Amino acid sequence: MTNQPPHPHETLLEASTKFQVVRSIDQNFRRVTFSLAIGIGLILVWITYSLLVIALPAIQAFGLGFLVDSTWDPVKNIYGALPHVYGTVLSSFLALLFAVPLGVGVAIFLTENFLAPNILQPIAFTIELLAAIPSVVYGLWGLFVFLPTIKPLLQGLNHNFGWIPFFSTEPGGRQLFGASLVLAIMILPTIIAISRDTLTSLPPKLRQGAYGLGATRWETIILVLLPAALSGIVGSIMLALGRALGETMALAMLVGNANQVNVSWLAPASTLSSLIANQFGEASGLQKSSLFYEALILMVLTLLVNVFAQMLVSRFQQVE
Amino acid sequence: MNDRQIKQLTSEESAKSVNRSCPTVWTALLALSVGLTVSSCTPKSPDIATPKAGEPTPTAPVAGGEKGISLSGAGASFPAPLYQRWFADYNKANPGTQISYQSVGSGAGVEQFLAGTVEFGATDAPLKPEERAKFKTKYTAEPIQIPMTGGSVVFAYNLDGVKDLKLSRATYCGIVGGTIKKWNDPAISKANAGAKLPDQAIQFVHRSDGSGTTYQFTNHLKAACPTWTAGVNKSVSWPVGTGAKGNEGIAAQIQQTPNSIGYTEYSYGKQIGLSMASIENKAGKIITPSPAAGAAAFSGEKVPADLALLVPDSANPAAYPISGLTWLLLYPQSKDAAKQTALKAVVEWSLSTGKATATELGYVPLEDELVTKVKAELAKVK
Repeated sequence: MTNQPPHPHETLLEASTKFQVVRSIDQNFRRVTFSLAIGIGLILVWITYSLLVIALPAIQAFGLGFLVDSTWDPVKNIYGALPHVYGTVLSSFLALLFAVPLGVGVAIFLTENFLAPNILQPIAFTIELLAAIPSVVYGLWGLFVFLPTIKPLLQGLNHNFGWIPFFSTEPGGRQLFGASLVLAIMILPTIIAISRDTLTSLPPKLRQGAYGLGATRWETIILVLLPAALSGIVGSIMLALGRALGETMALAMLVGNANQVNVSWLAPASTLSSLIANQFGEASGLQKSSLFYEALILMVLTLLVNVFAQMLVSRFQQVE
Repeated sequence: MNDRQIKQLTSEESAKSVNRSCPTVWTALLALSVGLTVSSCTPKSPDIATPKAGEPTPTAPVAGGEKGISLSGAGASFPAPLYQRWFADYNKANPGTQISYQSVGSGAGVEQFLAGTVEFGATDAPLKPEERAKFKTKYTAEPIQIPMTGGSVVFAYNLDGVKDLKLSRATYCGIVGGTIKKWNDPAISKANAGAKLPDQAIQFVHRSDGSGTTYQFTNHLKAACPTWTAGVNKSVSWPVGTGAKGNEGIAAQIQQTPNSIGYTEYSYGKQIGLSMASIENKAGKIITPSPAAGAAAFSGEKVPADLALLVPDSANPAAYPISGLTWLLLYPQSKDAAKQTALKAVVEWSLSTGKATATELGYVPLEDELVTKVKAELAKVK
């Protein structure tokens, strides 16, 4: 089929009315989807622009020093984002620290034939359901069930390993470490589901070839399968990191909302999104601008993660 | 240009913008679903709970009344349980008037009031001079600010085996300032002879969201504690402690955390059944929080012309010292006289018949002397 303009000598097919209807539907559909696709891009530009406009007074007042200032004082109208950037990055890092080995391990376990399919399927299904739980439910569960349960463990960490700066404070009701553990549970399904899909979609000949060459199961998994699936696994980790960075509700409930940079993981902290969720309702003037500035920082942070993920993924794909 | 014209202008503008935005939506979605676009272009159905007040839309007739009036307001969350109860009760007695109240926070309440999108606003902190000035330039009149009820902020705590904790001034100042760190500190045990105070760290809990409760609390701390440097605001930079969102967050955290103490509204603490500390007032008496002790904080105080009566630290020996008022914000004039009359009736009813409800819910009803002044101010509403 060519894109030539209607010729005086139309073919029989082109002359038929049905063909013309179909073609006009095709063209219109393409136009509509095209404009929608552009529209989505425009919405992002629009949001960024409005964030910038509202954040402008804070950007002018504090500049980049905002990033390294740890005051958040609505009385004196002095604001800084350091504790929140620190809390966001550290909680996400800790969550990944737990979720990545666990998630990739479970993904391997579920794709290798360790289990009979009739046991495997329900497990895989359950894991995917975990992703569907709203974050406020995770927050409530963390608050009323999980944190009280692990409290003795955290106290043990403090009593026995208090000489390590990370565990140097007495754990209170809410702190960064406990919140990060809940966060890890929240991002696990993302890592498991995508890693598992990648591992199952690997060509069977890879596995067969490795076994054929006399490799053990361990060697096959670590030296053949994981490197081949690396781009997918890294992608899943980056998606999970994206979720962890932006997670709001659960962290606002669990992290303790203390405006401080404390080396100890057992101390209460605060994150960019939890601060916004907490203070937006009653904020006005410079405080509101500063909250928008924080939102902008969060956007840039997420953007960086995505760019980094793209680079990593494409690099690993070249290695293959 | 008077208030009515302004309102009409803004509503015309918003109507235009709706018309403008609709065709683009229309073309974009045409191929996908005609039904969807039609519904997105029709005006909001009346059962949506956020009526845009101030627009000259005919009010939907309310069941039971010949010609129903619906009023909408927004603002402070601290008096919200009382307002909602008042308005529901009023509606039962007068089915012709329906009042909806959104507890969006004092800041947002003031903002919506200034923008003219509500019939009344509500705030826990009186209007600031710059907010008054803003109102004056926009509406060429003074806003009307009337106190509706009061409330006390209490120290709620979780201490195993300690029933009535007493805190002297120096003690609670030290706890919120971070200088008193352990429960068995001599300053605490001195006032609580016989109580078994643990050798444990004090876990102070404060609000993480902006709140009128925090405003009342810090307003008192500034007056009572020479060591308090964080100032007075709806959210401040706390020297110690962890933050929890909302009264419910505070309550949850205190109930879960042994050896914790935090502040919350008396009415809320009473509802949940939290243990509340008795504290020392300016006269040196240890006072247990109660509506009567809260009301005593306002007796004999001189009320300013704008009714913005703040008593950060009452000198009355019977007063519970951390008590504050909460205000309704009204327009002096409006295009809709019927609505204004209805609103006035609601406020008058709340201040007289509604008094019992306030006490029942743990709020502090206004003293008669203040009510007289409020009624005089209310007469300015036309």
